[in-house]
Amino acid sequence: MRTARPLLLSVIIAVAPGCSGNQSALNPHGAPAIHVEHLIIGTVAACTAVWILVMVILGLALLRRRRAAADSAKSEARLTMTVVAAVVATGVIIAGLTIASFYTTRSIGGPESAALTITVRGQQWWWQIFYASSGATPGFQTANEIHIPLGEDVNIRLESADVIHSFWVPSLAGKQDLVPGRSNSLLLRAEKPGVYRGQCAEFCGLQHSHMAIVVIAEAPVDYERWAAAQRGDAMVPADPDAAAGQAAFLAKPCAACHTVRGTPANGTTGPDLTHIGARQTIGAGLLETTRGSLAAWIADPQTLKPGNNMPMVPLTSVELQNISAYMESLK
Amino acid sequence: MTREDDSELRDTALEATELDRRLTATWATPPGLWGALSTVDHKIIGRRYITTAVVFLALGGLLSLLMRLQLAQPEARFIGPDRYNQIFSIHGTNMMFLFAVPVMQAMAVYLVPLMVGTRSIAFPRLNAFSYWMYLAGGLLLWIAFMLDAGPDVGWFAYVPLSGPEYAAGKRADIWAQMITFTEVSALAVAVEIVVTVFKQRAPGMSLDRIPLFVWSMLVTSFLVILAMPAIMIASTALILDRLVETHFFNPAEGGDVLLWQHLFWFFGHPEVYIIFLPAVGMVSTIVATFTRRPVFGYLGMVMALISTGVLALGLWVHHMFVAGLPRLGESFFTASSMAIAIPAGLQIFCWLATIWAGRPIFKTPFLFVIGFMVIFVIGGLTGVMVASVPFDTQVHDTYFVVAHFHYVLVGGAVFPLLGAIYYWFPKFTGRMMSETLGRWVFGLIFAGFNLTFFPMHILGLRGMPRRIYTYQPEMPWSGLNMLISLSAIILAVGFLLFFIDAIRSGRSGAPAPSNPWGASTLEWATSSPPPPYNFARTPVVGSLEPLSDNPDMLPVAAGLRVDCRELLVTSVVEAIPEAREPSSGDSIWPLWAALATTATLIWSIFTPWAVVWGSIPVAIALIGWFWPKGTSEDDS
Repeated sequence: MRTARPLLLSVIIAVAPGCSGNQSALNPHGAPAIHVEHLIIGTVAACTAVWILVMVILGLALLRRRRAAADSAKSEARLTMTVVAAVVATGVIIAGLTIASFYTTRSIGGPESAALTITVRGQQWWWQIFYASSGATPGFQTANEIHIPLGEDVNIRLESADVIHSFWVPSLAGKQDLVPGRSNSLLLRAEKPGVYRGQCAEFCGLQHSHMAIVVIAEAPVDYERWAAAQRGDAMVPADPDAAAGQAAFLAKPCAACHTVRGTPANGTTGPDLTHIGARQTIGAGLLETTRGSLAAWIADPQTLKPGNNMPMVPLTSVELQNISAYMESLK
Repeated sequence: MTREDDSELRDTALEATELDRRLTATWATPPGLWGALSTVDHKIIGRRYITTAVVFLALGGLLSLLMRLQLAQPEARFIGPDRYNQIFSIHGTNMMFLFAVPVMQAMAVYLVPLMVGTRSIAFPRLNAFSYWMYLAGGLLLWIAFMLDAGPDVGWFAYVPLSGPEYAAGKRADIWAQMITFTEVSALAVAVEIVVTVFKQRAPGMSLDRIPLFVWSMLVTSFLVILAMPAIMIASTALILDRLVETHFFNPAEGGDVLLWQHLFWFFGHPEVYIIFLPAVGMVSTIVATFTRRPVFGYLGMVMALISTGVLALGLWVHHMFVAGLPRLGESFFTASSMAIAIPAGLQIFCWLATIWAGRPIFKTPFLFVIGFMVIFVIGGLTGVMVASVPFDTQVHDTYFVVAHFHYVLVGGAVFPLLGAIYYWFPKFTGRMMSETLGRWVFGLIFAGFNLTFFPMHILGLRGMPRRIYTYQPEMPWSGLNMLISLSAIILAVGFLLFFIDAIRSGRSGAPAPSNPWGASTLEWATSSPPPPYNFARTPVVGSLEPLSDNPDMLPVAAGLRVDCRELLVTSVVEAIPEAREPSSGDSIWPLWAALATTATLIWSIFTPWAVVWGSIPVAIALIGWFWPKGTSEDDS
């Protein structure tokens, strides 16, 4: 008891908003996550009060001074009344929490009304992302990074290419599984511009630990600019190193698994690399995108992320440098 | 004296020492290896079962220390992802299937026949068989792990990750067959307990005089019988998918991956109560003894046990709240999951009332009960939290849930179990455990447990998912993870001290009298440890607390034969004597049957033909087992 009480205080402190990072249920910046945070705080407060009450009664029961001879029939009757009252109180509290839970579910609502739908397809161990075409504007594909316009409901459609994954960006919304053979959906909404990290929450094999995703919430204008850039084909490399890199990329097995739109590379096994240079991270949140990290990843993906599906392709150091330069140039 | 005369001889005709000599000759296990392998004495098997389960507890604990070593720092490289996935899968599988369920059933195998005042458990050979099956399943899992072929798909083995396409090799098959071993043994014990409780109670022990521990084991056994077939079907379907390309779980061929989750959790949630309800019985027993009064609200406690058992079968979907099921169905399961807090609350309030009205004696078993209350109430309350769908969408599959179920299972089951071991150790071994060391054990485990698991709630809310072998340095989790890993050492020291105390006391502890705690249930009416025949004469029960009524003299019934194993069968409700029933003697056939079954099941990991050819030795063993002995039934 003595150990648990200070610890309990620490959870109350932790529950105070704003003290965690950008992947935290206690630091919500989207309407769904904010509703759930209110529920979390209310429920934890109610349960803490119940626990303290039970512990006080336990302490009194253990340590109270006992009178020599009490009227046993009368005291038994009083105990029965107390126990019945406590059970009724439990029922009332439980009913209250159940209603609060249902109310929160209703406040969050569903993604049915959302104007924008983004499809996320789980892969071992990265996120394939599709923005659908609408009217004359074509759709496009990217990986591990979602951009959404601020203050708008977004419908995330969740599918899986292999095993079960779970999409979880706690600062924006609760999680939802990606189940093979099914299609789930989730309402995502951000109230504040920012970069929100999330990661796979359902055990999905060797590299479950390194399967992160970022959601970037930005003003609608910025979002439109980003989407327009993403729709376009890959830039033709201007820099001679990058141009040599493109040639090497197309000559080596890289193109068998990856697509770079606007080039003959049209593999579909790995992530679409058309605009990889514009993405914040590589390897599903593993490393920041820099020429150095790209080179490290291409040179030896199995050491950085053991068991992932990208093989080590033998390259000379010049080829490696050039391909890294090419990748970096794909803004 | 001729054989003719012997068969007419009843225990009524003999003096105490002569009776003891003759009953011992009839019931004792012969010394030597052959005797040990063929014994059907429920006390020997029960002790073996408990010891084996505690060894698995220690092994599972070592695995958790390895995980804490890896997670103490971000991007640590002590253990790679492949090994780590095996470690957490085996930790969970081991703790659930090889420790928690078997240890509770093992306590019942030892205690229930004594507590209901009979000479042996029902179906003693089946009991021997169940132990050998359990041991074989445990060895299969651990030897596979030593050979780097340990299951790596989690203790829940979700398809398609555990299916033929994504789980190469034999690791997932080993998991699925290990399930078969442990479920066969658990089902066997459940049947024995139900029959023992229903048909072998001492005369006069009507349903309202059954000790609460026995009630809890009865409800648990029904839960085992109702819930465990679901996992056997699921694991068999998984093996078939993997071995002969059926498509139960393959969506491309009309199968369904969520079918696995429904079947698994239809078993998996009751599993929690299969572990927790026996602990409720243990807590009730210890509370009654150490407050010097019967548990308050006996009828309420029994009703709470039964209603918990019923509700336990209707909660499983709360493990699937983020799988994308229809909203209305989820609401139903929120309500039912919340509702189980009512019987759980009733039990807590009844214990509190008992302590309030009684006179607490602060011995080690009672300390563990106090620790149980403090920790389990937290686990119950976080259970109420995760019963809410929106709350659960944020904490499901995070360290919050890891904290929650360790509070429930360690707080709710391991604390009562440790208390129960301190409490019944004198009966098991005839020696007392150390009261001084016991206090240290309690203090270290209590402090170590809370320091280890409480911070996990916070980690989960701050975004740390479960089952990750590492995390990146930029995540704000390193501090708490280091704290948790250091605290785990305190917890481990507590358990180490417990093992030392148990081993030392077993060898050289102070000799125990037959009733060292002044308890009131029947197991304390016989010597510590009990003789092979349990009771020289069958006790007769006139109340809920037979030993409190008249501590010096317990009424007995007599008339059982002494030259062969015989016990008294009584009616289900009133426990009125109905017949004298022979009880099976020692036999080596259960071991042969278990060996043949083991060979068949392990072989079937590699080829479906094993089921065909393996059935031959299994059939031979069963024919040997059930070969008529020529003894006539006595229906008098």
